[in-house]
Amino acid sequence: MIEPLWEVFVRSRRGLSHTHVGSLHAPDATMALRNARDVYTRRQEGVSIWVVRAADITASSPDEKDEFFDPAGDKVYRHPTFYQVPEGVEHL
Amino acid sequence: MLAGMDSFQATIDADGRIEPRDAMPEGYRKTLIRQIAQHAHSEIIGMQPEGNWISRAPSLRRKAILMAKVQDEAGHGLYLYAAAETLGVDRADLLDLLHSGRQKYSSIFNYPTLTWADIGAIGWLVDGAAIVNQVPLCRCSYGPYARAMVRVCKEESFHQRQGFEILHTLCNGTPAQKAMAQDALDRWWWPSLMMFGPPDSASTHSEQSMAWGIKRHSNDELRQRFVDMTVPQADVLGLKVPDEGLSYDEETGHYRFTEPDYTELYDVVKGNGPCNQQRLAHRVKAHEDGAWVREAAAAYAGKQASRREGSAA
Repeated sequence: MIEPLWEVFVRSRRGLSHTHVGSLHAPDATMALRNARDVYTRRQEGVSIWVVRAADITASSPDEKDEFFDPAGDKVYRHPTFYQVPEGVEHL
Repeated sequence: MLAGMDSFQATIDADGRIEPRDAMPEGYRKTLIRQIAQHAHSEIIGMQPEGNWISRAPSLRRKAILMAKVQDEAGHGLYLYAAAETLGVDRADLLDLLHSGRQKYSSIFNYPTLTWADIGAIGWLVDGAAIVNQVPLCRCSYGPYARAMVRVCKEESFHQRQGFEILHTLCNGTPAQKAMAQDALDRWWWPSLMMFGPPDSASTHSEQSMAWGIKRHSNDELRQRFVDMTVPQADVLGLKVPDEGLSYDEETGHYRFTEPDYTELYDVVKGNGPCNQQRLAHRVKAHEDGAWVREAAAAYAGKQASRREGSAA
């Protein structure tokens, strides 16, 4: 009997997004949440926890990371630093 | 574009971090699994010598602190098992390897905690040595291990301070209490020095681990760092480090000290320490006694899932 693996995400305080903090095993979502509280928030590190079954996550492949992220590589004009601003122009 | 092993080496050379699904040499993966598992095992076996004193802590305050600390050790074990699992092993299999004696844990936990002062000495010396070992691991080349160590190190500093506070209280108490503190230091000093492993000249795994960025400093460097940090703290306590050869070297700014007897380290690692059998037997019993809880939780989860399916249909 192998308990499923859950990935744990914690919102450390209001105004911030949930961040991945680690994983744990639990038989179901309710136990996963309780275990996550005990393992990852013993010092008030969070105000909200998400648990997601690791098997339900679809991830990009590290083998294809270059091709996968390639399309953004030649589009430097998406960054404000690409543009020349004439001397003396402010608030731009 | 670099693929596979070229990408691995380029990442290591640039002091970058390797993440779980990246290509990595089999030796790198195996070394990490062995080291992280051994580290995780140490955390959970380390609950035993301290758990021994929970029911006999001298005050409610000390008892609450000790329970929190032992709970932290369980948490540290879990962070580390989770980090090991990202390398493609299963926690249940790692526990089997521990229970059957095929994987080790830190030999320091094979020493008994005879008095309350030992709880102070463990926090101050054993957790102190662990911090010296673990802080560089926060920069380990394997991302999940490094991230787990950041959490562990934050929590360890409370452990070390509470241990020092226990000893400081005893050292400012009655002569008998101070003698108890001295006795604890006398017994824990040498095993604490052994926590850094064999001397560099005899360390088998070090060189490759350094090249892979798993290890950042040699055993002897870390041992020296621990001595330099700890001796002045012993002075504050008014305790004597049990080393006749201890002296401060003005020129280097480091303490000279006597090396521990490494034959004792090898002997304890082999299974001949004072508590090896007791520690392992207790761990196996706790695991077996908890089987019904795991089974009940799984049965409940199964029942809930089938009910949800039934109502959805």
